[in-house]
Amino acid sequence: MELRDFTIKDINKGLKAKEFSATELTKTYLDQIKKTDDKIGAYLSVTEDLALNQAKQVDEEIVLKLRSGQEFPILTGVPCAIKDNILVEGEKCTCASKMLENYIASYDAFCVKKLKESGTIILGKTNLDEFAFGSSTENSALKVTKNPCDLSRVPGGSSGGSAAALASNQSVFALGTDTGCSVRTPASFCGVVGLKTTYGSISRSGVIASASSLDQVGPLAKNVEDCEIIFNTISGRDLQDATSVEFKYLSVDRQVKNLITKKPFVIGVPKEFFSKGLDKDVEKIIKNTILKLEDQGFKIQEISLPSTEYALACYYIIQTSEASSNLARFDGIRYGYSETQNSCLVGRQSNAKDQNLLDIYLKSRGIGFGPESKRRIMLGTYTLSVGYYDAYYKKAQQVRQLIKQDFAKAFEKVDLIMGPVVPFPAFKIGEKFDDPLSMYLADIYTVPVNLAGLPAMSLPVGKTAKENLPVGLQIIANHFEENKIFNIASIIEKIV
Amino acid sequence: MISKDEVLKIARLARLELSDAEVEKMQKDLSSILDYFDILKNIDTLSVKSYNKSSLIINSNLREDNTIFEKSENNDKLIQSAPDKKDDYIKVKAIL
Repeated sequence: MELRDFTIKDINKGLKAKEFSATELTKTYLDQIKKTDDKIGAYLSVTEDLALNQAKQVDEEIVLKLRSGQEFPILTGVPCAIKDNILVEGEKCTCASKMLENYIASYDAFCVKKLKESGTIILGKTNLDEFAFGSSTENSALKVTKNPCDLSRVPGGSSGGSAAALASNQSVFALGTDTGCSVRTPASFCGVVGLKTTYGSISRSGVIASASSLDQVGPLAKNVEDCEIIFNTISGRDLQDATSVEFKYLSVDRQVKNLITKKPFVIGVPKEFFSKGLDKDVEKIIKNTILKLEDQGFKIQEISLPSTEYALACYYIIQTSEASSNLARFDGIRYGYSETQNSCLVGRQSNAKDQNLLDIYLKSRGIGFGPESKRRIMLGTYTLSVGYYDAYYKKAQQVRQLIKQDFAKAFEKVDLIMGPVVPFPAFKIGEKFDDPLSMYLADIYTVPVNLAGLPAMSLPVGKTAKENLPVGLQIIANHFEENKIFNIASIIEKIV
Repeated sequence: MISKDEVLKIARLARLELSDAEVEKMQKDLSSILDYFDILKNIDTLSVKSYNKSSLIINSNLREDNTIFEKSENNDKLIQSAPDKKDDYIKVKAIL
């Protein structure tokens, strides 16, 4: 069969009408990956056996359901890609790290379980910055992923493989995770829809932890409707994650007139998101989109989030502190890269018998972790260490409260907040690689959202005039108001 | 700039072996990032009462603290992923 730019609904229709089978569809996508992924580098592993087995089962089920006139879940037979820090039982889960290069997941993440239950087909695991530390996917220890819109540029990160797989039609949708920018930045750079979900809306069980108070799973999709379908499938309470909650979302109303007739629907535009450093082209595209909404009858109001300038420092203290603690589990003893059996140690010791436990820790971690992981472990260890804890970690926790208060105050006046996702479009591979701080600065508009635990979407709204690179609009809502985001995003989708 | 000794001390605490070149690069990188963190020193956070835990994350689903017996196949899978093992045990270097 021929590959098209399928949406989830297209596939559902096609399967119902017996235009194609799930197996044919899966093979078509696997072929596309074989044909194009040498160039893009989106996937770390292709789970061909799993995908074909799932497809076979799905086809049998579909025959039965159609025969008896029953419905099947809308995601049935839909091929997807999973970021390689989310566990899929029996498959490698590397986190793009040498540390986990040969690690096989022993169970399914909660979100993967939900997808499997709904008949979704898993094509493979996608590249990321090692342990999700980064904004460009350049920190992967295993592969370089290129932006399908311009192969000399980064796809964004850390869910860069997931976004690149979608943008090159190597999957119908993908899962990513967002700790500080990691779903939204790659979505913005590759021109796809990406949703960072409310903290607690999707279980983190089976997601390899980066920073536990910030991490969230999020869907990447080709359009808003697909994004919503995936969100509805994977969200909900899970006993394995004590921070996950069951939340009843209101149904989505896509009519502009229904949204604005009862009371004005107010969109807040924080002036701090348009300060110096914002690319002129990006600014123009974002402002134009907001003006178009004003034309539709939405009320636009300038707001202030005064603590924004402190968010990045606050974020990187909390993120690295939590990450250094989470990554302590990689000790070379229980799983992952280990020097435990390496008897030809260089340097201090000459034979394995003299090797003690501390040496195994030091060497396994020294060799297993890449440069950015080491940098973050070192920073986090520093900010948590005696004498510095109050000045850094405790201070950052207090600032986090101020950032939360900023948003809480803003949402008393406005329904949604809008601005850019990243201050600039996709940059060249290698451009920021040697200067970690300049890379961190890419996250300036995205991290406040994670610190406050809010949901936010990156929605493609235009391309830069000069280089024709995609630009994403960031739509931020109050906790558990993903429905408002879906509402407005589906309206914007039609007018840009 | 943070000293070489300080980097080595932190690396030891973090259980990371670093090469000489890595130590040098770490001195440079950590210093510029820690300088950037200093921006927080100027904010008045007196209004924020010592960050109260209730406003952080809500652990709403805590289960009872009971022993859960895992299926033995799960145990096997977990032990399989250990780099050094014998029968049902994970091998660790002698500590004493």
